[in-house]
Amino acid sequence: MSGITAERAIPGAPPREPSYLTAKTGLASWLLTTDHKRIALLYMAAITVFFFVGGAGAVAIRIELFTPQADLLSADAYNRAFTFHGVIMVWFFLIPSIPNILGNFLLPLMIGAKDLAFPRLNLASWYIFMAAGGLAVYTLLSGGVDTGWTFYTPLTTAFSNGNVLAAAAAVFVSGFSTIATAVNFIATVHLQRAPGLTWFRLPLFVWAIYATSIVMVLATPVLAMVLALIFAERAFGIPIFDPLRGGDPILFQHLFWFYSHPAVYIMVLPSFGVISELVTCYARRRVFGYNFMVYAILWISLVGFLVWGHHMFVSGQSLFASLAFSLLSFIVAVPSAIKVFNWTATLYRGQIVFDAPMIYALGFIGLFTIGGLTGLFLASVPVDIHVTDTYFVVAHFHYIMVGGAVSALYGGLAFWWPKITGRLYPEGWARFAAIMMFFGFGFTFFPMFIMGYLGMPRRYHVYPEEFQVWHVLASAGAVILAFAYLLPMGFFAWSLIWGRRAPANPWGATGLEWQTSSPPPEENFHTPPVVEQGPYNYHPEHAGPPALEREQHQPQGRQP
Amino acid sequence: MSDIAARNAALRQPWRSLRRQREGAAFGIWIFLGSEVMFFGCALLTFAVYRSLWPDAFAAAARETNITYGTVNTALLLTSSLTMAAAAEGAAAGLRRLTLCCLAATVAFGIGFLVVKGFEYQEDITKHLVPGAGFRLEAPQAQIFFAFYWLLTGVHAVHLSTGIGIATVLGIQAWRGSRMLASPAFEALGLYWHFVDLVWVFLYPLLYLGGRS
Amino acid sequence: MSPLTLWPATASEQAARIDMLFTGLLVISGAILLLVAGLLLVLCARYRRGSAAPRGDLPDFIRRDVEIGWTAATLFLALFLFWWAGATQLRASDPPAGALEVHVVAKQWMWKTRYPNGAREINALHAPRGEAMRLMMTSQDVIHSFFVPAFRLKQDVLPGRFTEMWFRATKPGEYRLFCAEFCGTDHARMGGTVTVMEPEDFARWVAAQPQEEDLPGEGAALFTALGCSGCHAAASAVHAPVLAGVYGRMVHLADGRTVRADEAYLRDSILQPKRDVVVGYEPIMPSFDGLVDEADLQRLVAYLQSLRGEAAR
Repeated sequence: MSGITAERAIPGAPPREPSYLTAKTGLASWLLTTDHKRIALLYMAAITVFFFVGGAGAVAIRIELFTPQADLLSADAYNRAFTFHGVIMVWFFLIPSIPNILGNFLLPLMIGAKDLAFPRLNLASWYIFMAAGGLAVYTLLSGGVDTGWTFYTPLTTAFSNGNVLAAAAAVFVSGFSTIATAVNFIATVHLQRAPGLTWFRLPLFVWAIYATSIVMVLATPVLAMVLALIFAERAFGIPIFDPLRGGDPILFQHLFWFYSHPAVYIMVLPSFGVISELVTCYARRRVFGYNFMVYAILWISLVGFLVWGHHMFVSGQSLFASLAFSLLSFIVAVPSAIKVFNWTATLYRGQIVFDAPMIYALGFIGLFTIGGLTGLFLASVPVDIHVTDTYFVVAHFHYIMVGGAVSALYGGLAFWWPKITGRLYPEGWARFAAIMMFFGFGFTFFPMFIMGYLGMPRRYHVYPEEFQVWHVLASAGAVILAFAYLLPMGFFAWSLIWGRRAPANPWGATGLEWQTSSPPPEENFHTPPVVEQGPYNYHPEHAGPPALEREQHQPQGRQP
Repeated sequence: MSDIAARNAALRQPWRSLRRQREGAAFGIWIFLGSEVMFFGCALLTFAVYRSLWPDAFAAAARETNITYGTVNTALLLTSSLTMAAAAEGAAAGLRRLTLCCLAATVAFGIGFLVVKGFEYQEDITKHLVPGAGFRLEAPQAQIFFAFYWLLTGVHAVHLSTGIGIATVLGIQAWRGSRMLASPAFEALGLYWHFVDLVWVFLYPLLYLGGRS
Repeated sequence: MSPLTLWPATASEQAARIDMLFTGLLVISGAILLLVAGLLLVLCARYRRGSAAPRGDLPDFIRRDVEIGWTAATLFLALFLFWWAGATQLRASDPPAGALEVHVVAKQWMWKTRYPNGAREINALHAPRGEAMRLMMTSQDVIHSFFVPAFRLKQDVLPGRFTEMWFRATKPGEYRLFCAEFCGTDHARMGGTVTVMEPEDFARWVAAQPQEEDLPGEGAALFTALGCSGCHAAASAVHAPVLAGVYGRMVHLADGRTVRADEAYLRDSILQPKRDVVVGYEPIMPSFDGLVDEADLQRLVAYLQSLRGEAAR
């Protein structure tokens, strides 16, 4: 009580109405909520747990690889560890993280809506996700699965000793959750935008989530069917990919990568959106080339469907198919490059503040650039033939999916933490953690490029001695990285109790979500917002940003 | 109950108007159906690849399916689509009797389809058309055909059962008056039902008519 | 730890070409990375909050031109790289006529090679320097991948069909062979050696190879095929003795006897496993009487004998 009184005593602070956090109490008010903000928090809790579970797999892998021999894990245990790490991190951390935490929380706020289009579907989606997660954990407890997250046949269907059925079922069920969320997001963006919020006034985060949702809706069902085929083949012995009865294991790879390459964009497109919000806010600058940024997102999500064959250059597909996929892979690099250039150009003539979210964003740009440039190596057929299935590929996709997407997640969490919780995180610690994540990540994964080109194959728990020095470097870097991941969890939790209370718009950011109180009320806005100008209106269109005023508040919409 | 009150009762958060909400439900279902197209499309593409790889084995296998059952089922399902369309239109126009009758007919046709399918499955099992040891046909690739036969018809039956379940629930709710006819759910169900019907329109020629020309 | 190496050995014609392409890509992407990082650093320093640098906006047409400019530049760079990479690959696509053909059979978890004259090897390949060698590969179980880093070559090996690759080795020496496609429990141990020899040495070597059957190798295959490895592998979940080095050793039996594990003991243990159970193990092994014939027994025993050397290592 005294805290609230003290709060009211602050001169100028508006009287605190019940926020979405305090409007209702009790466990049932959380577990049966249809409020997108509370569901976002439910996702945050679940996804954090999965991050730890998947992280445990990574820890086991890095400890085992410290020496060339098998010390900690047997061959089977190692195979189960990396499979579990992959399955959990891909389907239960990376794919849902930004869309389901930040997207769920912010999408209605950013477009001035009361909620997502289908609030009960949103809650159902969380329960489906939890059921899928339960199955995934059951997979681990019942002995795990040893096929790699790619489930290649015929290893998966006929030879694996692991609990493939449970793992396939877990991923299959999680797909329902993904599709339900994506349908919800698409319908929301189409039908729930505030008056005046035209398509080309949408913040780039909304565009990114929208494009991601389209990819989810179109790609996830293909994975679902492939898993159903695998499941049926293993459970009932019906031949679908069985080479002894005329089946083609390569066909499985085509179908799997038709999903899994777009899935990479499901993981990274939302981070593009987050980074665009962060860079503009902390540079106090309109985003450079807004239209190009939008088209780049759409272009990536479209062409992303046409490049799956670059995972299969050594699979035995025809050379000309490989060349076609190679060409398309080079072309899909262009919009990603545009995005990097535009973020960089957004800094030009800005008023740059180096708060923690900005450091995460700059780290993202650096890591994503390295990840994207190494993608050029992998798009080149002859180089790919040498480095595919080696640590070069491992490093490449971790740069995109972990260096990129996780940096964006942490940066976004810090940026919107005051909005979500009404508390400010400790800035000094957050900057330290952001810097530590960048360098920890580099130490962990850069050596993998080198050992990959030297020929170190992936999924090896014992390896020739000449690679040890690189593995030791990576394992040591992983320790730093682990601290960089854990530290924010600590100070975020700390801030819930001891953090300073946040004003409605602590960063002076544009965007409708900053126009409501922190944390927002249950119905999001006290008065429905009306939008009259484009996004990122940090300065008049044909002039530079105002000098110095960090606190200056430039609303994107007005309240009638 | 007055019309306006009925409409207000059907309106849900976060929609501002029932018209908008109806648009939203239809829009959401259309996107979901896009997803379903990819789901079945993946299996049909796989089927097509194998069919072009092993045309003879697939034709021989397709001749083993029971075309009578398949044709009867096609007729049942197409008729059910007609009654479903009438039910959805009836609900939109507020015609309670028509809606209830047509929903009941739709459910009956759907269940009829499943019953026929059950007899067909039983016959397939006795004829040793289940892939694996003791399979009826010589060519191993014929087993792939029947792998898809079981899988596709099975997944289709699951979809149809879902549709029957939802239609039953909506029918009971409308009968009891706990769901307004103005609810967008009827149109949404109609779209879903037509999609399931459409899938069968693809399965019928692929599984039953192949090899019989 | 062995001395630090930054570049893999280069031992085939294609390796040299790929190294050139790789170096080119390194230079180009290094330049782009430096450009981006440099711009980021310079802009961050110059336009930090409150710095004296002048602010203001550029006219619209400059924005659009810059945007179109770097989009086009990136696109042309991408097309150029595609052309370079594609040309490099096309040059190496077809094997020359008259290449020496070697058959490779992969199975969990070994490589078997067979030369035109019938000579066979396990987990090893010998190749003459300067002559084209073509590998016809297939798998007996799951997908494997034949990977020789020094040749910069890799090709998946599939069950139910043949895949091929070819190379012309350029430097004598011993190089590593890996399985690069995850293939189950002992994927990481499914490796071997590729030995490049001078042509005359190679000719001598091939001629000297015994052309009869390779008993230990076939025994090893049986050991997997019959499921022995499922329990007797070091990593198995089933509590069964590991058999590496068991041949010739004294073993203690559950009933207190101690016997030497010779050929007869190994044979009996396969056919009547319940008779001489080693102390500390449950009598859970099924009999293989009737499942294996005499020739298979010979192969299995030969394989177990061959494991002696491995354990001593």
